[in-house]
Amino acid sequence: MKFLRTIILIVGLLALMGTSLAQRGRDGNLDLLYWQAVSILNPYLSGGTKDIYGSSIVLEPLARYAPDGSFVPFLAAEIPTVENGGIAEDLTSITWKLRDDVVWSDGTPFTAADVVFTGEYCMNDEAGCTARNFFNDIESIEALDDHTVHITFSVPKPFPYSAFVSAESPILQRAQFADCIGVRAQACSAQNFGPIGTGPFVVRDFRPNDVVTYEANELFREADKPAFQTVTLKGGGDAASAARAVLETGEADWAWNLQVDPVVLAQMEAAGIGQLTSSFGTSVERILVNFTNVDASLGNDRGEYMDGNNPHPILADLRVRQALSMAIDREILVEIGYGPTGTTTCNIIPAPEIYASSANDDCLMQDVEGANALLDEAGWERGADGVRVKDGRRFSLLYQTSTNAVRQDFQALIKEWWEELGVEVELRNIDAGVFFGNDPSSPDTYGKFWADVQMFTSSAAGTDVEAYANRWTCGEISGRQNQWLGNNQHRWCESEYDALSDQLAQTVDIDERAELIKAMNDMLVQDVAVMPLVHRADVSARANSLMGTQKQSWDSELWNIADWYRGQ
Amino acid sequence: MSDIDLARPTESLQAPTSAATRKGAAEIWHQFSRHTGAVIGMIVFVTIVAVVLLGPYVYPVKASETNVRARNQGPSVERPFGTDNLGRDLLAQNLAGGRVSLAVGVSAMLISIVLGTIVGQVAGYFPRLDGPLMRLTDLFLALPILPLLLVIIMLFRDTLRSSFGPQTGIFLLIVTVIGITSWMNTARVVRGDVLALKEREFVTAADALGSGHGRIMWFHILPNVMSPILVSASLGMAGAIITESALSFLGLGFPSDVPTWGRLLFDGKDYLNITPMRVVWPGLFISLTVLSINFMGDGLRDALDPRLRGRE
Repeated sequence: MKFLRTIILIVGLLALMGTSLAQRGRDGNLDLLYWQAVSILNPYLSGGTKDIYGSSIVLEPLARYAPDGSFVPFLAAEIPTVENGGIAEDLTSITWKLRDDVVWSDGTPFTAADVVFTGEYCMNDEAGCTARNFFNDIESIEALDDHTVHITFSVPKPFPYSAFVSAESPILQRAQFADCIGVRAQACSAQNFGPIGTGPFVVRDFRPNDVVTYEANELFREADKPAFQTVTLKGGGDAASAARAVLETGEADWAWNLQVDPVVLAQMEAAGIGQLTSSFGTSVERILVNFTNVDASLGNDRGEYMDGNNPHPILADLRVRQALSMAIDREILVEIGYGPTGTTTCNIIPAPEIYASSANDDCLMQDVEGANALLDEAGWERGADGVRVKDGRRFSLLYQTSTNAVRQDFQALIKEWWEELGVEVELRNIDAGVFFGNDPSSPDTYGKFWADVQMFTSSAAGTDVEAYANRWTCGEISGRQNQWLGNNQHRWCESEYDALSDQLAQTVDIDERAELIKAMNDMLVQDVAVMPLVHRADVSARANSLMGTQKQSWDSELWNIADWYRGQ
Repeated sequence: MSDIDLARPTESLQAPTSAATRKGAAEIWHQFSRHTGAVIGMIVFVTIVAVVLLGPYVYPVKASETNVRARNQGPSVERPFGTDNLGRDLLAQNLAGGRVSLAVGVSAMLISIVLGTIVGQVAGYFPRLDGPLMRLTDLFLALPILPLLLVIIMLFRDTLRSSFGPQTGIFLLIVTVIGITSWMNTARVVRGDVLALKEREFVTAADALGSGHGRIMWFHILPNVMSPILVSASLGMAGAIITESALSFLGLGFPSDVPTWGRLLFDGKDYLNITPMRVVWPGLFISLTVLSINFMGDGLRDALDPRLRGRE
C-alpha cells in the first residue's frame, strides 16, 4: 500500500514536472534587438524588412518557407500540389484547405472569409499595398466554404504560392480591417499598430520606431507554445551595439542584421556567450540610380516619373551610369564590409543557383580608365577644379543611404572612386527608421528617393523570384499615386522588361523561367538601373541559451518563434 | 541720440569711460594672469587652435584618402596616430575634424550667447516684457529638441543647400540650429542677475543722470553680468561640440565624410578593442578643449567681477 502510494506520488510529481516543462510562457521574456526600429505592424503597408519581421510574430500566412526552401503549412491544413489536387492540372487555380482549429487572438474563428478579405485589401489599387506583386494575375479569390479558398489565375501559374505565403503576405482579420480598405488603409493607425493575429504572440504595446512588446497568445493552437511569456522587440541603436549586447554583454537574446565590420564581429564572438548565425538568401547590397529629376525647385513634381517626361539631368545617359559602375572595386567592398558573410556579385538576382546569370561578371574588375573614357565620350569635360561639366552643369551627385558604419565606409570608398572620375559626390546618411519607414510626409524615405543615387539591401521573399523581379516593372514605380510605396524606387521603366515580366507569368517550364529571369536580371544590370555590390548573407546573433532558432533567408527569421525556448 | 548727448557731461562720474576701460583691460589681464588655471587653459586652447589651423601645412596628408592595404594600423613614425578601418590617416582626420568642431563650437556658442543675453537683458530690464519673454524661454525649454531639429532640418535643408552649397549650407544650418536651441539657460541666468542689478544704486544713479535704457543696459548692467555669460559661453561651446556629434550620428549633421571630433569618436567606438587610440585622440581633444575653455571662463569671470577687481 505504502509502495503503491509512493509510486503514485512519484508518477504524479513526474507528471507535474512534465507539464511545467512544457507549459506556455515558462521561459519568461525574450529580448530581440532590431537596430532598425519597427515603424508599423502591417506588412502590407511597409516594404521595410524590420516591419515585416516584427509583424510576423503576430500575423501568419497560409504557409511559410522552411530554411531549405520548401513549404510548411501554417494556417493551411496542407500544401496544395498538383498531386493532391490542390492545384489545377492546367495551373490556373489553386485551392487552399485551411486549418479548422485556428482562432484569432480575440477568440473569433479564423475562416476563409479572412483570406478573401486580405486579398481584396491588398489588391485595392488605392491602398498602396507593398505586396501587390504577390497578387499578380489573380482573377478571383473565393471562399468555397468556411475552410476552403479557391484562387483563380488569369494565366497558368507554374508557381502559384505567392499570395498568402511568407511573412510578406500574411492573413489580416476581416473584422478588424473591414473599414481600412483602399485610401483609408494608411489612416487606420489602431489596426496597423496592433493587428489581431493568429500567431504565437499578440501585440501588447507598440511604440512606433521604438519598442514592441508582445505577450503569449493564450489562444494559440498549440497548447504548450510559445515557451516565452513575453517578447520585447527593441529598436534603435546601431548594428554594432546590437551585436555587442548579444555577443559580449548578454543583455539580449537575438540581434538582427549585423551589418558590422567583420573584424569587429569576429572579436565580439570570441567572448563566447553568443554566436553568429547566418544564411545566404537573395540579399544584395545595391546602389539604385535615380531616373527622375529630384531638383527641389520642381516642387510637387520632384522625383515623379510623369511618363518619362521628368528625366534625370545627368544619370539618364547610359554611358554615365556605366562609368559609375565600372569605377567600383567590389572586392574591396566585400573585404571591408562583410568578410566571410558576403561575396562580390554583378547580379541583382544572385540566387537560387539556377537564376544566377553569368553574363555580367565583367563588373568584378574595376576599370577607372575605361570609366573616364566613357565620360569623355559622353561629353562630360573636366573643369578647372577637376569636376566634370557638361552644358554648364556640374557632375554632382547626392548619394544617400541609411546610417550604418559599414554603409558609411562604402560611401567613403565609392565617393573616392567616383571623385577619380571627376564626379563631385555629396554624402548623406539617414536614420534607418526614417529611411526605411513609410511616412509619406518625410522627404528622406527610400521610397521617395529624393537623391541621385541611394544604397541599401533588399531581397526576394521565398525561393521564387518572380514577384521580386516584378518590382522593376513600370507599374511598380514609386510616386505620389501610391504614396511612395511602389517597389520601383528608382523609377526605371522599360517596356521590354514589362514584356519579359508578362512572359514569365505565362511560362511554366522551370528552365525557360530561369532563362527569363536571367534575361530580366541582365537587362536591369546592363542598363545600370541598379549597381549590385555585394551578395550578403543575412547575419544575426543569438545568445547561447536561446534554443530552437532556425535562421533562414527565404522567410522571416522569426518564422518559428513559437518553437524557440530557453536552454540550459 | 539725445540721451547720449545728455549723458556725455556725466561720463567722468561713471566707472567705465573709454580711457578707464583701457586701463580696465590691463587690469583684467593682470587679474586673469594671476589665475593659474586660466593661464594654463589659455595656453592649451591656443595650442589646440594653432595645431588645428596650422597642422595641415606641416602635415599635408589628405584626411579623406583611403588606403585599404593599411587598415587599422597602430601609431607609427609615418602615421603618428595610426589609421582607421579604411586606412585613412587619423592625425589628418583629427586636424580636419578639429577645424570643423571648433568652428561649430565657437559660432553656435556666439549665436546662443547673443540670443540668450539679449532675451535675458530685455526680460530682466523691462517688467512688461518679462512675462512674455520668459514664457517664450520656457516654451523653448519645454520643446522636445530632437523633433524640433528634425523639422527645422527638413524644412530648411534643401533651401540652404541650393543657396550656399552642401558644406556651407549644412554648416550654417547646424550652427543656427544648435544656437537657437541652447540660448535658454543663458537667458534665464542673465535675467535673474539683471533683475537684481537694476535695483542697485549705480543704476538708479545712471537713470537719474539721464542715461537712456539702452545705455544703462549695455554699459552699466552688461559688464556686471559678464561672469555668468562667460560661464555659459564656455559650457555652451562644449555643449555645441557634443550636440554636433549627436546630430551627425542621427544623420542630421555633417555628411559622414566630413570628419569632426564627435564623429571620429563615434566612428571609433566600435574599434575600441582593436585600435584604442582611435577614440582616445578625439576624446582627448574634446576634453582638453572643453576643459581649457571652462578654465578660461573661470579666470575671466574672476577678472571681470568688479567686486573682486583691485583686490590683491
